[in-house]
Amino acid sequence: MTGYLADVATLARKDLRLELRARDTLPAMLLFVLSTFVVFHFALPQGSGENAAQGLLWVALVFTALLGLARSWAPEREGGVFDGLVLAPCDRSAIWLGKAAAVLVFLVAIEVVALPAFALFFEPLDGAAVAGVALANVGICAVGTMLAAMAAASRTRELILPLLFLPLAIPLVVGGVGSAISPEPGRYLLFLALYDAVFAIICWATFEYVVTE
Amino acid sequence: MSAGEKYVAAAYGVIFVVLLLWVVIIAAKLTRLERELAELAGRARERRDDG
Amino acid sequence: MSSPNSRVPALAALATVLVGASLVLVFFVAPEDADQGISQRIFYFHVPIALTAYACFGWGALKALLYLWRKDDRYDLESYVGIHLGTVFGSLTLLTGSIWAKASWGIWWTWSSNQLVLFLVLFLFYAAYFMLRFSVEDGPRRSSLSAVYALFGVVLVPVSFFAIRLASDFIHPTVFNREGPQMSGTMFATFCVAWAAITLLAYVLYRVELAGKRLDLSVRELREALA
Repeated sequence: MTGYLADVATLARKDLRLELRARDTLPAMLLFVLSTFVVFHFALPQGSGENAAQGLLWVALVFTALLGLARSWAPEREGGVFDGLVLAPCDRSAIWLGKAAAVLVFLVAIEVVALPAFALFFEPLDGAAVAGVALANVGICAVGTMLAAMAAASRTRELILPLLFLPLAIPLVVGGVGSAISPEPGRYLLFLALYDAVFAIICWATFEYVVTE
Repeated sequence: MSAGEKYVAAAYGVIFVVLLLWVVIIAAKLTRLERELAELAGRARERRDDG
Repeated sequence: MSSPNSRVPALAALATVLVGASLVLVFFVAPEDADQGISQRIFYFHVPIALTAYACFGWGALKALLYLWRKDDRYDLESYVGIHLGTVFGSLTLLTGSIWAKASWGIWWTWSSNQLVLFLVLFLFYAAYFMLRFSVEDGPRRSSLSAVYALFGVVLVPVSFFAIRLASDFIHPTVFNREGPQMSGTMFATFCVAWAAITLLAYVLYRVELAGKRLDLSVRELREALA
Protein backbone atom coordinates (compact mmCIF):
# COMPACT_ATOMS: atom_id res chain seq x y z
CA MET A 1 0.00 0.00 0.00
CA THR A 2 2.75 2.43 0.90
CA GLY A 3 4.38 1.57 -2.41
CA TYR A 4 1.24 2.64 -4.21
CA LEU A 5 0.91 5.91 -2.34
CA ALA A 6 4.61 6.58 -2.77
CA ASP A 7 4.18 6.13 -6.53
CA VAL A 8 1.25 8.54 -6.51
CA ALA A 9 3.23 11.09 -4.54
CA THR A 10 6.22 10.77 -6.87
CA LEU A 11 4.07 11.23 -9.93
CA ALA A 12 2.27 14.23 -8.44
CA ARG A 13 5.52 15.82 -7.35
CA LYS A 14 6.89 15.40 -10.86
CA ASP A 15 3.99 17.35 -12.31
CA LEU A 16 4.25 20.08 -9.69
CA ARG A 17 7.97 20.43 -10.31
CA LEU A 18 7.43 20.63 -14.07
CA GLU A 19 4.87 23.35 -13.61
CA LEU A 20 7.05 25.25 -11.19
CA ARG A 21 9.78 25.28 -13.77
CA ALA A 22 7.68 25.99 -16.85
CA ARG A 23 5.20 28.32 -15.19
CA ASP A 24 2.83 28.33 -18.14
CA THR A 25 -0.40 26.71 -17.03
CA LEU A 26 -0.98 28.33 -13.65
CA PRO A 27 -0.57 31.96 -14.68
CA ALA A 28 -2.80 31.32 -17.69
CA MET A 29 -5.54 29.79 -15.54
CA LEU A 30 -5.30 32.64 -13.08
CA LEU A 31 -5.53 35.31 -15.71
CA PHE A 32 -8.36 33.44 -17.37
CA VAL A 33 -10.48 33.25 -14.25
CA LEU A 34 -9.95 36.89 -13.38
CA SER A 35 -10.75 37.98 -16.93
CA THR A 36 -13.87 35.86 -16.80
CA PHE A 37 -14.99 37.64 -13.65
CA VAL A 38 -14.61 40.99 -15.36
CA VAL A 39 -16.54 39.74 -18.39
CA PHE A 40 -19.27 38.56 -16.04
CA HIS A 41 -19.56 41.99 -14.54
CA PHE A 42 -20.24 43.43 -17.95
CA ALA A 43 -22.46 40.50 -18.89
CA LEU A 44 -24.71 40.72 -15.86
CA PRO A 45 -27.36 43.37 -16.30
CA GLN A 46 -28.19 45.62 -13.37
CA GLY A 47 -30.42 44.03 -10.77
CA SER A 48 -29.65 40.44 -11.73
CA GLY A 49 -29.58 39.52 -8.09
CA GLU A 50 -26.82 38.00 -6.06
CA ASN A 51 -27.71 34.44 -6.97
CA ALA A 52 -26.79 35.03 -10.59
CA ALA A 53 -23.24 35.84 -9.54
CA GLN A 54 -22.99 32.59 -7.60
CA GLY A 55 -24.00 30.70 -10.69
CA LEU A 56 -21.41 32.50 -12.74
CA LEU A 57 -18.71 31.62 -10.23
CA TRP A 58 -19.31 28.01 -11.10
CA VAL A 59 -19.23 28.66 -14.81
CA ALA A 60 -15.88 30.36 -14.30
CA LEU A 61 -14.52 27.51 -12.19
CA VAL A 62 -15.60 24.81 -14.61
CA PHE A 63 -14.09 26.53 -17.63
CA THR A 64 -10.90 27.45 -15.84
CA ALA A 65 -10.56 23.84 -14.77
CA LEU A 66 -11.08 22.81 -18.39
CA LEU A 67 -8.25 25.08 -19.39
CA GLY A 68 -5.93 23.41 -16.93
CA LEU A 69 -7.18 19.92 -17.75
CA ALA A 70 -6.62 20.36 -21.46
CA ARG A 71 -2.95 20.78 -20.71
CA SER A 72 -2.74 18.23 -17.93
CA TRP A 73 -1.36 15.39 -20.04
CA ALA A 74 0.70 17.68 -22.25
CA PRO A 75 4.05 16.93 -20.56
CA GLU A 76 3.53 13.23 -21.22
CA ARG A 77 2.35 13.76 -24.76
CA GLU A 78 4.96 16.30 -25.80
CA GLY A 79 7.82 14.42 -24.22
CA GLY A 80 6.60 11.27 -25.96
CA VAL A 81 6.60 9.81 -22.53
CA PHE A 82 3.05 8.47 -22.43
CA ASP A 83 3.98 4.94 -23.41
CA GLY A 84 6.98 5.02 -21.15
CA LEU A 85 4.84 6.03 -18.23
CA VAL A 86 2.48 3.19 -18.90
CA LEU A 87 5.35 0.71 -18.99
CA ALA A 88 6.58 1.96 -15.63
CA PRO A 89 6.33 -0.69 -12.95
CA CYS A 90 3.52 0.92 -11.03
CA ASP A 91 -0.20 0.34 -10.86
CA ARG A 92 -1.76 2.19 -13.81
CA SER A 93 -4.35 3.79 -11.59
CA ALA A 94 -1.51 5.43 -9.66
CA ILE A 95 -0.77 7.42 -12.80
CA TRP A 96 -4.31 8.76 -12.78
CA LEU A 97 -4.29 9.46 -9.08
CA GLY A 98 -0.96 11.24 -9.20
CA LYS A 99 -2.06 13.40 -12.11
CA ALA A 100 -5.43 14.16 -10.53
CA ALA A 101 -3.69 15.15 -7.29
CA ALA A 102 -1.41 17.52 -9.17
CA VAL A 103 -4.32 19.10 -11.03
CA LEU A 104 -6.11 19.45 -7.71
CA VAL A 105 -3.17 21.35 -6.28
CA PHE A 106 -3.19 23.66 -9.32
CA LEU A 107 -6.92 24.25 -9.03
CA VAL A 108 -6.72 25.01 -5.32
CA ALA A 109 -3.81 27.37 -5.93
CA ILE A 110 -5.91 29.26 -8.45
CA GLU A 111 -8.91 29.37 -6.16
CA VAL A 112 -6.86 30.81 -3.32
CA VAL A 113 -6.70 33.93 -5.46
CA ALA A 114 -9.93 33.58 -7.39
CA LEU A 115 -12.34 33.15 -4.50
CA PRO A 116 -11.25 36.26 -2.63
CA ALA A 117 -11.32 38.10 -5.95
CA PHE A 118 -14.88 36.93 -6.48
CA ALA A 119 -15.81 38.06 -2.98
CA LEU A 120 -14.29 41.41 -3.79
CA PHE A 121 -15.94 41.87 -7.18
CA PHE A 122 -19.33 40.40 -6.47
CA GLU A 123 -20.34 39.18 -3.05
CA PRO A 124 -18.93 37.32 -0.07
CA LEU A 125 -18.81 33.56 0.02
CA ASP A 126 -19.83 31.74 3.16
CA GLY A 127 -18.37 28.56 4.60
CA ALA A 128 -20.84 26.31 2.83
CA ALA A 129 -19.98 27.85 -0.52
CA VAL A 130 -16.27 27.31 0.03
CA ALA A 131 -16.92 23.75 1.22
CA GLY A 132 -18.88 23.22 -1.97
CA VAL A 133 -15.97 24.46 -4.04
CA ALA A 134 -13.57 22.21 -2.14
CA LEU A 135 -15.71 19.11 -2.61
CA ALA A 136 -16.41 19.85 -6.24
CA ASN A 137 -12.68 20.31 -6.87
CA VAL A 138 -12.14 16.65 -6.09
CA GLY A 139 -14.81 15.60 -8.56
CA ILE A 140 -13.53 17.97 -11.23
CA CYS A 141 -9.98 16.71 -10.92
CA ALA A 142 -10.87 13.03 -10.70
CA VAL A 143 -13.23 12.96 -13.66
CA GLY A 144 -11.43 15.65 -15.63
CA THR A 145 -8.05 13.97 -15.50
CA MET A 146 -9.62 10.73 -16.63
CA LEU A 147 -11.45 12.35 -19.53
CA ALA A 148 -8.36 14.32 -20.51
CA ALA A 149 -6.47 11.05 -20.87
CA MET A 150 -9.26 9.76 -23.09
CA ALA A 151 -9.23 12.94 -25.13
CA ALA A 152 -5.47 12.60 -25.54
CA ALA A 153 -6.06 9.42 -27.52
CA SER A 154 -8.45 11.20 -29.84
CA ARG A 155 -7.64 12.97 -33.06
CA THR A 156 -9.45 16.11 -31.97
CA ARG A 157 -7.94 16.33 -28.49
CA GLU A 158 -8.55 19.77 -26.95
CA LEU A 159 -11.72 20.11 -28.96
CA ILE A 160 -13.39 17.07 -27.49
CA LEU A 161 -12.46 17.46 -23.84
CA PRO A 162 -15.16 20.07 -23.05
CA LEU A 163 -17.77 17.92 -24.80
CA LEU A 164 -16.83 14.97 -22.65
CA PHE A 165 -16.50 16.97 -19.46
CA LEU A 166 -19.48 19.33 -19.40
CA PRO A 167 -22.31 16.77 -19.06
CA LEU A 168 -20.43 15.15 -16.22
CA ALA A 169 -19.79 18.55 -14.64
CA ILE A 170 -23.47 19.41 -14.44
CA PRO A 171 -24.09 17.57 -11.15
CA LEU A 172 -21.04 19.31 -9.68
CA VAL A 173 -22.39 22.70 -10.65
CA VAL A 174 -25.76 21.84 -9.13
CA GLY A 175 -24.07 20.77 -5.92
CA GLY A 176 -21.83 23.80 -5.80
CA VAL A 177 -24.46 26.43 -6.51
CA GLY A 178 -26.90 24.69 -4.21
CA SER A 179 -24.51 24.75 -1.29
CA ALA A 180 -23.92 28.44 -1.89
CA ILE A 181 -27.48 29.65 -2.14
CA SER A 182 -29.62 27.10 -0.41
CA PRO A 183 -30.52 27.52 3.29
CA GLU A 184 -29.92 23.76 3.58
CA PRO A 185 -26.44 23.34 2.13
CA GLY A 186 -25.95 20.01 3.85
CA ARG A 187 -27.88 18.09 1.22
CA TYR A 188 -25.87 19.57 -1.62
CA LEU A 189 -22.57 19.01 0.14
CA LEU A 190 -23.52 15.39 0.79
CA PHE A 191 -24.44 15.01 -2.86
CA LEU A 192 -21.04 16.40 -3.88
CA ALA A 193 -19.30 13.99 -1.55
CA LEU A 194 -21.25 11.10 -3.06
CA TYR A 195 -20.42 12.21 -6.58
CA ASP A 196 -16.75 12.37 -5.65
CA ALA A 197 -16.79 8.93 -4.09
CA VAL A 198 -18.68 7.23 -6.91
CA PHE A 199 -16.73 8.76 -9.75
CA ALA A 200 -13.37 8.47 -8.06
CA ILE A 201 -13.95 4.76 -7.65
CA ILE A 202 -15.00 4.25 -11.23
CA CYS A 203 -12.08 6.33 -12.53
CA TRP A 204 -9.65 4.45 -10.37
CA ALA A 205 -11.01 1.11 -11.54
CA THR A 206 -11.11 1.86 -15.26
CA PHE A 207 -8.08 4.07 -15.88
CA GLU A 208 -5.86 1.21 -16.91
CA TYR A 209 -8.23 0.40 -19.79
CA VAL A 210 -7.88 3.92 -21.06
CA VAL A 211 -4.12 3.89 -21.34
CA THR A 212 -3.43 0.33 -22.35
CA GLU A 213 -4.61 -1.46 -25.43
CA MET B 1 -59.25 18.27 -35.07
CA SER B 2 -58.90 19.85 -31.69
CA ALA B 3 -55.54 21.10 -30.55
CA GLY B 4 -55.09 18.12 -28.25
CA GLU B 5 -55.74 15.69 -31.06
CA LYS B 6 -53.23 17.48 -33.27
CA TYR B 7 -50.53 17.07 -30.65
CA VAL B 8 -51.26 13.41 -30.16
CA ALA B 9 -51.07 12.94 -33.91
CA ALA B 10 -47.81 14.88 -33.99
CA ALA B 11 -46.26 12.77 -31.24
CA TYR B 12 -47.16 9.46 -32.83
CA GLY B 13 -46.25 10.85 -36.22
CA VAL B 14 -42.78 11.78 -35.01
CA ILE B 15 -42.25 8.25 -33.72
CA PHE B 16 -43.38 6.85 -37.06
CA VAL B 17 -41.10 9.18 -39.03
CA VAL B 18 -38.01 8.51 -36.93
CA LEU B 19 -38.48 4.76 -37.23
CA LEU B 20 -38.93 5.05 -40.96
CA LEU B 21 -35.80 7.15 -41.20
CA TRP B 22 -33.97 4.37 -39.42
CA VAL B 23 -35.34 1.92 -41.99
CA VAL B 24 -34.19 4.18 -44.83
CA ILE B 25 -30.67 4.31 -43.45
CA ILE B 26 -30.49 0.55 -42.95
CA ALA B 27 -31.88 -0.01 -46.46
CA ALA B 28 -29.23 2.27 -47.93
CA LYS B 29 -26.56 0.37 -46.07
CA LEU B 30 -27.95 -2.93 -47.33
CA THR B 31 -27.87 -1.81 -50.97
CA ARG B 32 -24.30 -0.66 -50.52
CA LEU B 33 -23.36 -4.02 -49.02
CA GLU B 34 -25.14 -5.80 -51.87
CA ARG B 35 -23.13 -3.83 -54.38
CA GLU B 36 -19.84 -4.49 -52.63
CA LEU B 37 -20.59 -8.17 -52.27
CA ALA B 38 -21.41 -8.45 -55.98
CA GLU B 39 -18.14 -6.77 -56.84
CA LEU B 40 -16.20 -9.07 -54.53
CA ALA B 41 -17.97 -12.13 -55.89
CA GLY B 42 -16.91 -11.03 -59.37
CA ARG B 43 -13.34 -10.75 -58.17
CA ALA B 44 -13.44 -14.20 -56.60
CA ARG B 45 -14.83 -15.64 -59.82
CA GLU B 46 -12.05 -14.06 -61.85
CA ARG B 47 -9.50 -15.50 -59.54
CA ARG B 48 -11.00 -18.93 -59.80
CA ASP B 49 -11.15 -18.71 -63.58
CA ASP B 50 -7.57 -17.47 -63.86
CA GLY B 51 -6.07 -19.91 -61.39
CA MET C 1 -25.08 -24.08 -38.80
CA SER C 2 -28.33 -22.19 -38.35
CA SER C 3 -28.18 -18.48 -38.99
CA PRO C 4 -27.76 -16.43 -35.81
CA ASN C 5 -30.54 -14.16 -36.97
CA SER C 6 -33.09 -16.82 -37.85
CA ARG C 7 -35.45 -15.75 -35.07
CA VAL C 8 -35.42 -12.05 -35.92
CA PRO C 9 -38.17 -12.09 -38.58
CA ALA C 10 -40.50 -13.91 -36.20
CA LEU C 11 -39.70 -11.42 -33.45
CA ALA C 12 -40.31 -8.58 -35.86
CA ALA C 13 -43.69 -10.03 -36.77
CA LEU C 14 -44.54 -10.32 -33.09
CA ALA C 15 -43.43 -6.75 -32.52
CA THR C 16 -45.68 -5.60 -35.37
CA VAL C 17 -48.62 -7.38 -33.81
CA LEU C 18 -47.91 -5.89 -30.40
CA VAL C 19 -47.50 -2.38 -31.77
CA GLY C 20 -50.74 -2.74 -33.68
CA ALA C 21 -52.49 -4.04 -30.60
CA SER C 22 -51.19 -1.24 -28.43
CA LEU C 23 -52.28 1.38 -30.96
CA VAL C 24 -55.77 -0.07 -30.92
CA LEU C 25 -55.76 -0.09 -27.14
CA VAL C 26 -54.40 3.44 -26.90
CA PHE C 27 -56.86 5.02 -29.27
CA PHE C 28 -59.97 2.92 -28.96
CA VAL C 29 -59.99 1.13 -25.63
CA ALA C 30 -58.23 3.18 -22.99
CA PRO C 31 -60.49 5.68 -21.26
CA GLU C 32 -59.77 9.35 -21.68
CA ASP C 33 -57.97 11.00 -18.82
CA ALA C 34 -60.22 13.35 -16.88
CA ASP C 35 -57.61 16.03 -16.27
CA GLN C 36 -55.49 16.10 -19.36
CA GLY C 37 -57.90 15.05 -22.04
CA ILE C 38 -56.76 13.44 -25.21
CA SER C 39 -53.15 14.60 -25.06
CA GLN C 40 -52.56 12.21 -22.18
CA ARG C 41 -52.51 9.41 -24.75
CA ILE C 42 -49.04 10.49 -25.74
CA PHE C 43 -47.93 9.07 -22.42
CA TYR C 44 -48.58 5.48 -23.55
CA PHE C 45 -45.70 5.59 -26.01
CA HIS C 46 -43.62 8.39 -24.53
CA VAL C 47 -42.89 6.64 -21.23
CA PRO C 48 -42.06 3.22 -22.72
CA ILE C 49 -39.74 4.97 -25.16
CA ALA C 50 -37.98 6.67 -22.26
CA LEU C 51 -37.73 3.42 -20.32
CA THR C 52 -36.41 1.65 -23.40
CA ALA C 53 -33.77 4.33 -23.84
CA TYR C 54 -32.56 3.69 -20.29
CA ALA C 55 -32.58 -0.03 -20.99
CA CYS C 56 -30.52 0.47 -24.15
CA PHE C 57 -27.94 2.54 -22.29
CA GLY C 58 -27.83 -0.09 -19.58
CA TRP C 59 -27.42 -2.82 -22.17
CA GLY C 60 -24.65 -0.85 -23.85
CA ALA C 61 -22.90 -0.46 -20.50
CA LEU C 62 -23.26 -4.17 -19.76
CA LYS C 63 -21.69 -5.10 -23.08
CA ALA C 64 -19.00 -2.51 -22.41
CA LEU C 65 -18.19 -4.15 -19.11
CA LEU C 66 -18.05 -7.53 -20.83
CA TYR C 67 -15.70 -6.08 -23.39
CA LEU C 68 -13.33 -4.74 -20.77
CA TRP C 69 -13.39 -8.10 -19.09
CA ARG C 70 -13.13 -10.42 -22.09
CA LYS C 71 -11.66 -8.16 -24.76
CA ASP C 72 -13.86 -9.75 -27.41
CA ASP C 73 -14.62 -7.34 -30.26
CA ARG C 74 -18.11 -8.73 -30.49
CA TYR C 75 -18.98 -6.97 -27.22
CA ASP C 76 -17.64 -3.68 -28.49
CA LEU C 77 -19.97 -3.80 -31.48
CA GLU C 78 -22.92 -4.83 -29.34
CA SER C 79 -22.20 -2.03 -26.89
CA TYR C 80 -22.00 0.50 -29.70
CA VAL C 81 -25.27 -0.59 -31.29
CA GLY C 82 -26.97 -0.58 -27.90
CA ILE C 83 -25.87 2.95 -27.21
CA HIS C 84 -26.74 4.05 -30.72
CA LEU C 85 -30.25 2.75 -30.32
CA GLY C 86 -30.44 4.30 -26.86
CA THR C 87 -29.57 7.66 -28.36
CA VAL C 88 -32.27 7.26 -31.02
CA PHE C 89 -34.85 6.42 -28.38
CA GLY C 90 -33.54 9.19 -26.17
CA SER C 91 -34.04 11.68 -28.98
CA LEU C 92 -37.53 10.32 -29.48
CA THR C 93 -38.16 10.82 -25.77
CA LEU C 94 -37.12 14.44 -26.05
CA LEU C 95 -39.27 14.98 -29.14
CA THR C 96 -42.40 13.31 -27.80
CA GLY C 97 -41.83 14.85 -24.39
CA SER C 98 -41.60 18.28 -25.93
CA ILE C 99 -44.81 17.76 -27.86
CA TRP C 100 -46.51 16.55 -24.71
CA ALA C 101 -45.25 19.59 -22.84
CA LYS C 102 -46.70 21.84 -25.51
CA ALA C 103 -49.98 19.96 -25.32
CA SER C 104 -50.10 20.06 -21.51
CA TRP C 105 -48.60 23.42 -20.64
CA GLY C 106 -48.46 25.35 -23.87
CA ILE C 107 -44.66 25.52 -24.07
CA TRP C 108 -42.25 23.42 -26.12
CA TRP C 109 -39.63 23.21 -23.40
CA THR C 110 -39.56 23.54 -19.65
CA TRP C 111 -36.69 23.08 -17.26
CA SER C 112 -39.10 21.90 -14.61
CA SER C 113 -39.78 18.57 -16.28
CA ASN C 114 -37.10 16.49 -14.60
CA GLN C 115 -37.33 13.77 -17.17
CA LEU C 116 -36.88 16.12 -20.11
CA VAL C 117 -33.85 17.73 -18.48
CA LEU C 118 -32.35 14.36 -17.62
CA PHE C 119 -32.70 13.19 -21.19
CA LEU C 120 -31.15 16.40 -22.44
CA VAL C 121 -28.09 15.83 -20.26
CA LEU C 122 -27.90 12.19 -21.35
CA PHE C 123 -28.28 13.20 -24.97
CA LEU C 124 -25.32 15.55 -24.62
CA PHE C 125 -23.32 12.87 -22.90
CA TYR C 126 -23.98 10.17 -25.50
CA ALA C 127 -23.55 12.57 -28.41
CA ALA C 128 -20.04 13.07 -27.07
CA TYR C 129 -19.70 9.26 -27.04
CA PHE C 130 -20.06 9.24 -30.82
CA MET C 131 -17.73 12.17 -31.26
CA LEU C 132 -15.13 10.37 -29.18
CA ARG C 133 -15.60 7.12 -31.05
CA PHE C 134 -15.33 8.71 -34.46
CA SER C 135 -12.21 10.65 -33.57
CA VAL C 136 -10.19 7.60 -32.57
CA GLU C 137 -8.70 5.04 -34.93
CA ASP C 138 -10.46 1.73 -35.17
CA GLY C 139 -8.90 -0.79 -32.86
CA PRO C 140 -8.63 -2.00 -29.27
CA ARG C 141 -7.90 1.52 -28.03
CA ARG C 142 -11.14 2.85 -29.45
CA SER C 143 -13.10 -0.07 -28.05
CA SER C 144 -11.61 0.39 -24.59
CA LEU C 145 -12.27 4.13 -24.54
CA SER C 146 -15.84 3.64 -25.72
CA ALA C 147 -16.42 0.96 -23.12
CA VAL C 148 -15.11 3.06 -20.24
CA TYR C 149 -17.17 6.04 -21.40
CA ALA C 150 -20.29 3.86 -21.64
CA LEU C 151 -19.75 2.81 -18.04
CA PHE C 152 -19.48 6.46 -17.01
CA GLY C 153 -22.78 7.02 -18.76
CA VAL C 154 -24.67 4.44 -16.83
CA VAL C 155 -23.34 5.89 -13.57
CA LEU C 156 -24.31 9.36 -14.74
CA VAL C 157 -27.97 8.40 -15.08
CA PRO C 158 -28.77 8.13 -11.36
CA VAL C 159 -26.31 10.87 -10.44
CA SER C 160 -27.90 13.31 -12.88
CA PHE C 161 -31.35 12.25 -11.77
CA PHE C 162 -30.55 13.30 -8.22
CA ALA C 163 -28.72 16.40 -9.34
CA ILE C 164 -31.72 17.56 -11.32
CA ARG C 165 -34.02 16.80 -8.42
CA LEU C 166 -31.77 18.80 -6.12
CA ALA C 167 -31.64 21.60 -8.64
CA SER C 168 -35.39 21.87 -8.87
CA ASP C 169 -35.62 21.86 -5.10
CA PHE C 170 -33.82 25.05 -4.72
CA ILE C 171 -32.33 26.54 -7.74
CA HIS C 172 -35.37 26.25 -9.95
CA PRO C 173 -38.52 25.59 -7.99
CA THR C 174 -40.95 23.68 -10.14
CA VAL C 175 -43.63 25.74 -11.76
CA PHE C 176 -45.38 23.00 -13.62
CA ASN C 177 -46.12 19.65 -12.24
CA ARG C 178 -47.78 16.80 -13.87
CA GLU C 179 -49.20 14.13 -11.64
CA GLY C 180 -48.49 10.67 -12.90
CA PRO C 181 -51.84 9.55 -14.15
CA GLN C 182 -53.82 7.61 -11.60
CA MET C 183 -54.12 4.69 -13.89
CA SER C 184 -57.24 2.63 -14.01
CA GLY C 185 -56.95 -1.05 -14.78
CA THR C 186 -57.52 -0.59 -18.49
CA MET C 187 -55.02 2.24 -18.67
CA PHE C 188 -52.43 0.16 -16.89
CA ALA C 189 -53.02 -2.79 -19.20
CA THR C 190 -52.68 -0.50 -22.21
CA PHE C 191 -49.47 0.88 -20.80
CA CYS C 192 -48.04 -2.59 -20.28
CA VAL C 193 -48.89 -3.72 -23.79
CA ALA C 194 -47.36 -0.55 -25.23
CA TRP C 195 -44.26 -1.05 -23.11
CA ALA C 196 -43.89 -4.64 -24.26
CA ALA C 197 -44.37 -3.53 -27.86
CA ILE C 198 -41.74 -0.79 -27.69
CA THR C 199 -39.25 -3.03 -25.90
CA LEU C 200 -39.62 -5.80 -28.44
CA LEU C 201 -39.43 -3.26 -31.28
CA ALA C 202 -36.20 -1.92 -29.83
CA TYR C 203 -34.78 -5.40 -29.57
CA VAL C 204 -35.65 -6.14 -33.20
CA LEU C 205 -34.06 -2.86 -34.32
CA TYR C 206 -31.00 -3.76 -32.25
CA ARG C 207 -30.65 -7.17 -33.89
CA VAL C 208 -31.13 -5.76 -37.37
CA GLU C 209 -28.60 -2.98 -36.88
CA LEU C 210 -26.13 -5.40 -35.31
CA ALA C 211 -26.52 -7.81 -38.21
CA GLY C 212 -25.94 -4.97 -40.64
CA LYS C 213 -22.75 -3.92 -38.89
CA ARG C 214 -21.45 -7.46 -38.69
CA LEU C 215 -22.16 -7.96 -42.40
CA ASP C 216 -20.25 -4.78 -43.06
CA LEU C 217 -17.25 -6.15 -41.17
CA SER C 218 -17.41 -9.47 -43.00
CA VAL C 219 -17.54 -7.76 -46.37
CA ARG C 220 -14.55 -5.69 -45.42
CA GLU C 221 -12.64 -8.79 -44.36
CA LEU C 222 -13.57 -10.44 -47.62
CA ARG C 223 -12.35 -7.44 -49.54
CA GLU C 224 -9.01 -7.59 -47.81
CA ALA C 225 -8.73 -11.29 -48.45
CA LEU C 226 -9.39 -10.82 -52.13
CA ALA C 227 -7.22 -7.77 -52.61
